[in-house]
Amino acid sequence: MEILNAAVAGTLESSDVQVSVEPAEKGVALDLSSSVMEQYGRQIRAVVLETLERLGVASARVRVVDKGALDCTIRARVECAVFRACGADAAAKNIPWGGVVRE
Amino acid sequence: MSAEKRSEKNRLRRTMLFLSAQRPSLMKDAYVFGPDSVIFDLEDAVAESEKDAARFSLYHILRRVDYGNVERIVRINGLDTPHWREDVRVCVAGGADGIRIAKCETADDVRAVERAVCEAEAEFGVGQGRTLLMAAIESPRGVLNAVPICESSERLFGVAISGGDFRKCMQTKYYPSGVEMLVARGQILLAARAAGVQCFDTVFTDLDDMEGFRAEVVQNKEMGFDGKSVVNPRQIGIVHEIFTPTAREIREAERVVRAIRENADKGVGIFQLDGKMLDVAFLPGAERTLALAKASGMYEGDL
Amino acid sequence: MKNSIGREIPDELLAGGREIFRGNNHRDGYGYTKAGPKVRAAVKPQESKVVPTLRAAIEACGLRSGMTVSFHHHFRDGDYVVNMVMREIEAMGIRDITIAASSVGSAHDPVAAMIESGVVTGLQTSGIRGRMGEVVSHGKLATPAVIRSHGGRVRAIEMGEVHIDVAFIGAPSCDEFGNARGKGGKSDCGVLSYAMVDAKYADRVVVITDTLVPFPNFPPSIESVDVDCVVVVDEIGNAKKIASQAIRISQDPRELKMASDCARVMAALPYFKDGFSFQTGAGGPSLAVNRFIEPVMRERGIKMKWALGGITKPTVELLERGLIECIVDTQDFDTDAVASVHENRNHYEISTSQYANPMNKGAFVNKLDFAILAALEIDTDFNVNVVTGSDGVLRGAPGGHPDASAGAKCTIIVTPLVRGRIPTVCDRVVTVTTPGESVDVLVTDYGIAVNPSRPDIARALDEARIAHTTIEALRDRAYGMVGVPDEIAFGDHVVAIVEARDGTILDVVWQVEAHDA
Repeated sequence: MEILNAAVAGTLESSDVQVSVEPAEKGVALDLSSSVMEQYGRQIRAVVLETLERLGVASARVRVVDKGALDCTIRARVECAVFRACGADAAAKNIPWGGVVRE
Repeated sequence: MSAEKRSEKNRLRRTMLFLSAQRPSLMKDAYVFGPDSVIFDLEDAVAESEKDAARFSLYHILRRVDYGNVERIVRINGLDTPHWREDVRVCVAGGADGIRIAKCETADDVRAVERAVCEAEAEFGVGQGRTLLMAAIESPRGVLNAVPICESSERLFGVAISGGDFRKCMQTKYYPSGVEMLVARGQILLAARAAGVQCFDTVFTDLDDMEGFRAEVVQNKEMGFDGKSVVNPRQIGIVHEIFTPTAREIREAERVVRAIRENADKGVGIFQLDGKMLDVAFLPGAERTLALAKASGMYEGDL
Repeated sequence: MKNSIGREIPDELLAGGREIFRGNNHRDGYGYTKAGPKVRAAVKPQESKVVPTLRAAIEACGLRSGMTVSFHHHFRDGDYVVNMVMREIEAMGIRDITIAASSVGSAHDPVAAMIESGVVTGLQTSGIRGRMGEVVSHGKLATPAVIRSHGGRVRAIEMGEVHIDVAFIGAPSCDEFGNARGKGGKSDCGVLSYAMVDAKYADRVVVITDTLVPFPNFPPSIESVDVDCVVVVDEIGNAKKIASQAIRISQDPRELKMASDCARVMAALPYFKDGFSFQTGAGGPSLAVNRFIEPVMRERGIKMKWALGGITKPTVELLERGLIECIVDTQDFDTDAVASVHENRNHYEISTSQYANPMNKGAFVNKLDFAILAALEIDTDFNVNVVTGSDGVLRGAPGGHPDASAGAKCTIIVTPLVRGRIPTVCDRVVTVTTPGESVDVLVTDYGIAVNPSRPDIARALDEARIAHTTIEALRDRAYGMVGVPDEIAFGDHVVAIVEARDGTILDVVWQVEAHDA
């Protein structure tokens, strides 16, 4: 998927994660901070990158502020931010559930 | 994982716990509180700007979290919104057990959702008929149409009266006696029983008034409701306690079931037990008593 | 060298006769001579011990660099005394001080800078939070901090392992001769249990008060015979933070569910009978247990003989309703508890030695039936951590946890399975503060586990049809949800020693690197 506009999903509440994406020239630049960095930083990074890859995001600047979210929440927030960044209404309908959006 | 599990139309539904789909932290493990069903809410609990985000969260919760024996229902947005069709798609794709139709006014409303569900089941390769429906009746017109609504679809397992909007339409508010809801409750109960579907009462929102809540649940049970929607896990225990049959009711139900089965084996249709005339019509009620008793750990017999 | 719970204790810490932990009762029957203070007799009758300033008191006590000063934490987050005394010590140019406190917290953040500057080079405490915890964790304290339980702290004082040169005792009220009490002033804390042993064993004792009352201030918690001087200041603390408004029972459904399950476990055990005894932590779920045992006690027509430890409103209410015969009190958390120990004749103050010293001739904790406590982490050996966060930083307090759990016939840990993404039930806790042999049952929001060393409890739960599982199953459940945590990277420098109650080494805390993110 191609990132067309800047978009954000998620909150800074405990057990949530806020994901911001914006267009970039080439490659994925990930900036991650987490309240559980020592124990889970490595795993969070892996989940974010794997989700971006599954969505076919080749270039984007991605900022993740994690407040102890579970992996399934991280996936949901990354997906939502990416769809929101793909033009008006892209996140609102005809989502490929079970396709590129999956566990 | 859960997509293969069969949904059960006539299962026990004493409590249906509302959880906002905007808050993944609430949805991740609400089964620990032991409700019979949960209702992940895409409607009123989700801000207009977060409908899309809530769906992504919901999808992953439905796919990832094992709710065990707790039924997972999703309340979708009203049919007058641009959201409900995508809501249906995510419910079916995620493997929700059922969909709660908000603000249902006519049988056509149910059939519209049913068509969307059929399409989604085909699209996502989910077994036709797996996704059940329930209708929330929230307006005077809905109450007056309760019979056709209850008879609208094979998938419909029950109806719920929803008090918030209804009271406003009726130009009244909550009263402890329940008099303001009496006709609506009675009407949808009659319709549900006539159609052979379940019937659920509205939420009680004042968490500081546990005595008022208890009184309302007792009235629900006496009127014949199957269960109640709850807004906080603290309400679950009270509903289950009130809907749990007494030891005496359980003993009686066990005797009735045994007697009816034994007599049926002997080819006797109508007979006397303790001076009371009994026939097969008493069986479902007695069986329901035993199911309630089992669910609350009060009955471990073999019936 | 590994101790009996498999914790590696660096050999250099064992120089000078320190021993590794070998089990709760290893030192049963151990003989020793109690320490005694060096007393400066006040033979000549004096009218008053009041000195004009704090500095005058410090000078009168001959405090100099290298000495040890002690404090209590009855004023909790409202305490002004520690900072007031330490600032004066710093201003006088005194350095290399060891603080021996019953606990330190975020009220003492200013002292963290004194650790970095070398005014404070030693710390002995039963709890450490806030900035102090961070600087110690980052290796800024010159010597390893020593973390002891409340009982372990008074044991160390009575056995002479900790020698207090000057005890600074903040007191809500005091007379001119030094009779001090936890009540009768502007900011009452109820009892002065933590300070009683300090007063008996310190060479010099200074009482700091903001309410001077006529002699004799009776009955005193701190007796004038032990007090060298009295200082009157404007305020000893923030009254609102010393005794909070009534601590209410949690309305959090998850905490209530765990509390309710805990009460069911209690009610299924043979100890739950008329005349039982009980101690509960002041945390959400443990506190809420008070509410759930009440209906069961009424239904069975039984009463509790005594409740022990830190006291809050829910326990006071049970006393007032006649469901508890007496309260044996070592700390008051809210205004209701303070008022009760003041007014209710069945509510008694005891010293921390009476409460929990494992090496006197038998403390109150040894007579407990139930201890209901919390945990930051608990591992599959039932070892509990209540002092370090899962990131390894010191931010907690063993307090009476190791004492009550070692003494009680049944210790129940009540804790959620995960907090945010952090698993509470884990393979190996970061730091052991209470050994698994003290813990009998774990109640979480996801289920109950019984220590395999207590098949009798498992049987009792089976008979009561209370479902329980293994602690390994609970750990798997937690890891299944949040993932297996990566190990924290520690430095190779020991920043704190965790002593077992009996003075042996239970565990050590390693330095962590400072993270900004």
